[in-house]
Amino acid sequence: MTDLVIIGGGPAGMSAAVAAYEKGIKDILILERDDELGGILNQCIHNGFGLHRFKEELTGPEYAGRYADKVKELGIPYKLGTMVLDITPDKVITATNREEGIFTIEAKAVILAMGCRERSKGALNIPGSRPAGIYSAGTAQKLVNIKGFMPGKEVVILGSGDIGLIMARRMTLEGAKVHAVCELMPYSGGLARNIEQCLNDFDIPLLLSHTVVKVHGKDRVEGVTIAKVDERRRPVEGTEQFIKCDTLLLSVGLIPENELTQNAGINLNRITSGAVVDQDRQTDIEGVFACGNVLHVHDLVDFVSEEAAIAGESAARYILGSASEEATDIEVTTDGKIRYSVPQRITAKKDIKLYFRVADVYRNITIKAEADGKVILSRKKAKVAPGEMETIVIKKDVLQDIRQINLSIGEE
Amino acid sequence: MADMKRNMTCIVCPMGCTLEVELAEGNVTSVTGNTCPRGKDYAVSECTNPRRTVTTTVACQDGSFVPVKTSAPIPKGEMFNLVKELSKITISLPIKAGDVIIKDIYGADVVAAKSMG
Amino acid sequence: MFYDAVVIGAGVVGAMTARELTRCGLKVCILEKENDVAMGATKANSAIIHAGFDAEEGTLKAKLNVEGSKMMPAVAAELGVKYINNGSLVVGFNDEDKKTIEQLYTRGNSNGVEGLRVIGAPELRELEPNISPDATCALHAPTGAIICPYELTVSAIGNAMDNGAELKVNFEVIQIKVSEDGYEVSDGTETIETKIVVNAAGVYSDKISTMLGDTSFKVHPRRGEYILLDKTAGSLVKHTIFRTPTKMGKGILVSPTVDGNLLLGPTSVDMEDKDDKDTTQAGFDKIISQCGETVCSVPLNKAITSFCGLRSVGDTGDFIITSPRHGFINLAGIESPGLSASPAIAKYVSEILNAQGFNLKEKEDFNPIREKMHSFREMSAAEKNEIIKKDSSYGRIICRCEGVTEGEILNAIRTNPKPRDLDGVKRRTRAQMGRCQGGFCMPYIIELLSKELGIPMEQITKSGRKSAVITGRTKEDYIND
Repeated sequence: MTDLVIIGGGPAGMSAAVAAYEKGIKDILILERDDELGGILNQCIHNGFGLHRFKEELTGPEYAGRYADKVKELGIPYKLGTMVLDITPDKVITATNREEGIFTIEAKAVILAMGCRERSKGALNIPGSRPAGIYSAGTAQKLVNIKGFMPGKEVVILGSGDIGLIMARRMTLEGAKVHAVCELMPYSGGLARNIEQCLNDFDIPLLLSHTVVKVHGKDRVEGVTIAKVDERRRPVEGTEQFIKCDTLLLSVGLIPENELTQNAGINLNRITSGAVVDQDRQTDIEGVFACGNVLHVHDLVDFVSEEAAIAGESAARYILGSASEEATDIEVTTDGKIRYSVPQRITAKKDIKLYFRVADVYRNITIKAEADGKVILSRKKAKVAPGEMETIVIKKDVLQDIRQINLSIGEE
Repeated sequence: MADMKRNMTCIVCPMGCTLEVELAEGNVTSVTGNTCPRGKDYAVSECTNPRRTVTTTVACQDGSFVPVKTSAPIPKGEMFNLVKELSKITISLPIKAGDVIIKDIYGADVVAAKSMG
Repeated sequence: MFYDAVVIGAGVVGAMTARELTRCGLKVCILEKENDVAMGATKANSAIIHAGFDAEEGTLKAKLNVEGSKMMPAVAAELGVKYINNGSLVVGFNDEDKKTIEQLYTRGNSNGVEGLRVIGAPELRELEPNISPDATCALHAPTGAIICPYELTVSAIGNAMDNGAELKVNFEVIQIKVSEDGYEVSDGTETIETKIVVNAAGVYSDKISTMLGDTSFKVHPRRGEYILLDKTAGSLVKHTIFRTPTKMGKGILVSPTVDGNLLLGPTSVDMEDKDDKDTTQAGFDKIISQCGETVCSVPLNKAITSFCGLRSVGDTGDFIITSPRHGFINLAGIESPGLSASPAIAKYVSEILNAQGFNLKEKEDFNPIREKMHSFREMSAAEKNEIIKKDSSYGRIICRCEGVTEGEILNAIRTNPKPRDLDGVKRRTRAQMGRCQGGFCMPYIIELLSKELGIPMEQITKSGRKSAVITGRTKEDYIND
């Protein structure tokens, strides 16, 4: 029996491990699929990480390195090249690697930190041929930054999520020509700074309300036809434009990697595609926690580390059986303009930071939290956007005798 | 140069503040819209001598690639020249994060961002 | 090189025929113009073994479909190919549909299809709870089944090769000459001598036939587009669900696949261009609007890929199986139910050759058994660990969505017919076929292919010809400046 098994050795898993260790849990095992700790950060060689967490600007490998060094320094055990195949509701984990083959571990507590994957081209149903040269941005990032290979020379990018923007700059710096970034929505899903330093710096056009309507080329991509889309995101006839290119990169969304979670019978949230959790990041199976991009997709790794530390500390408390705050049961709901919040449940009376994302770009709004119909908090914001996660803190003293908190947006 | 106004997105941190900069004869006279002092510094730098931190990879003798970065922002116009310089070199492993790969180029060092080998 | 028989085209029909002729003791060479086997209609169809009630009485289609689908379980067992007898349902919504269903029932019976029944709404709903509430009746065909057509093809050709057959890929036949002993088949650089030529060239079978002066038929491609949904949608229905055919065609079917996905399609559009496998917005729209007619709440947001196949349609309405010359056989216009009929077509070819005096005899040491392509994944943990002890690469997962190990990928790359590109590895191992569509594992698989084939990474293709996956090294344009 192992006290705590952490699935995934990326930023979430490592941060959770360090936090649990510091709360007194020494019998920890991190299971990591790749051959090194760090997860996707190893291929995110650009800078911009760590401003919140370390008060300095780090590259992905540096940020991962800080945590990996800490894990090693504390002597927290981890297994690399190890893929978890199954988790049971009783917290029995089946995994496989080269050295041990298929093996099982029983855990007192489990932290799910498997990260997310990219939406693939198949999910988009882009008409046309299916040649070589269509990759998700993250796959291209791995080829370029880890393997030193160019996936193409003449590039169009569909989707302006941060990875797409980062890859526009990366491909350009490594010797490719990026012709355009097309975004289906009327706004970018990426950070404003990335539009500035990844596109504007290199004169790469960002075409909002545009999509790829056809892929050309039998063997390798020979071009794409793009078109404007209307409010219902349907292509507008007559606006088609052919762009000659050999590569189409897709940055069309990230999906939490929750197959293990689902198979364990853990309840998932329809909007986040991650587990439903309480303020401790505990799922509806006692002793199973979730954090990082497997719980909901984050924009900043700093917030992943922060959230994972909560999960790590909570798991430690669970294992040690420490007394927790006074219990309650409050459901957190959202109005639709706010798409979701994490956590979705509050089970203890203490200060609670709610993370949430909005459904559209809204300007000059008030974010309101209502408890059983009464406004308990309201905050003005000049602008909110789907690409940027927001937070508010609900104070412990307002959590007395309430059953529900609803987050909503009031427009002026 | 006449007086003018310029809008820009601050890239110092993920907040991405929209800055409004007033210039008189090429000198920054006022910056508004910034949330922190670094935003002002960025605006001044961006209007007078824009600089960027560059990250890329350098080939290693064993066929792998080590991520590298400039230790400080370099002039924006030199980004491609820096990558060109880096395309010419191959390093041997092991290497530690922070090790200098090229010293003093465009006003910064190129350092390894990861320990490898 | 001199062969007894050359089979042109490594689709399911060519594969089953090549295996049958190898069994009959012939030295067989399979010629394929693409980089891998199963590259035409075989890799993009409905993956169904039809019971045999569709084809009109007395046609070759009817005879070979019913025979073929009866042979298929044994063939699949020999070749280690997954075959699931899930049964099929033709669903009707009104009196006119009911009439058609009764006609199909009568036709099926006279074709020799076993177990057909016309059922009413209550039984239909019991069989398939997710069927449309508007459905009033159905034809239930318990002998209908599903199979993976490219798994069948790869396995049949692999089995033929294990028994001595040869496969030449990237061999596009451009000329066939009559020689003293038979035929000379050439791709312009290499000439192959053979006594027998079997033309299983799919949409190009009329072109091949014309090379020997036979212009008696034409085939044209019929586009069929499909959408494949993730495994989490695979249990929506158990049976293959057809709409009652109308003058407008057979409509969109909804079917589970042997791998547990859900398949929607096909559209049906007659084409001129024999290479245009583009999917279209119109096609997607049609599938999306029609799949809901028979089955409720098809989770279209679970789509993981879409594709288009070109079925080869003859100009006679029936399969065109002819022998215009001694030792030359056309297998043309093998549209649906060609997959179902394929084992029977192969048998039929040997009968024609025997009638022409080739005097085929069963090869005594022919081994009809091929190891399952997916044997590892079906093992117990203990069995897997035995293998991992001997070869640790089986402990390493490469494709996380489908749980495919490095050992399975290496084994596939080393097993006949050897894949030479990413799609070839995908069809054999399922790696890159899951939710992320190769997003994570593709970079690893090109490395494995490069190492195993001994060719540089830049030459690894997605699917042969000029479909290179990567275009060069980072920063090489600076170096070349």
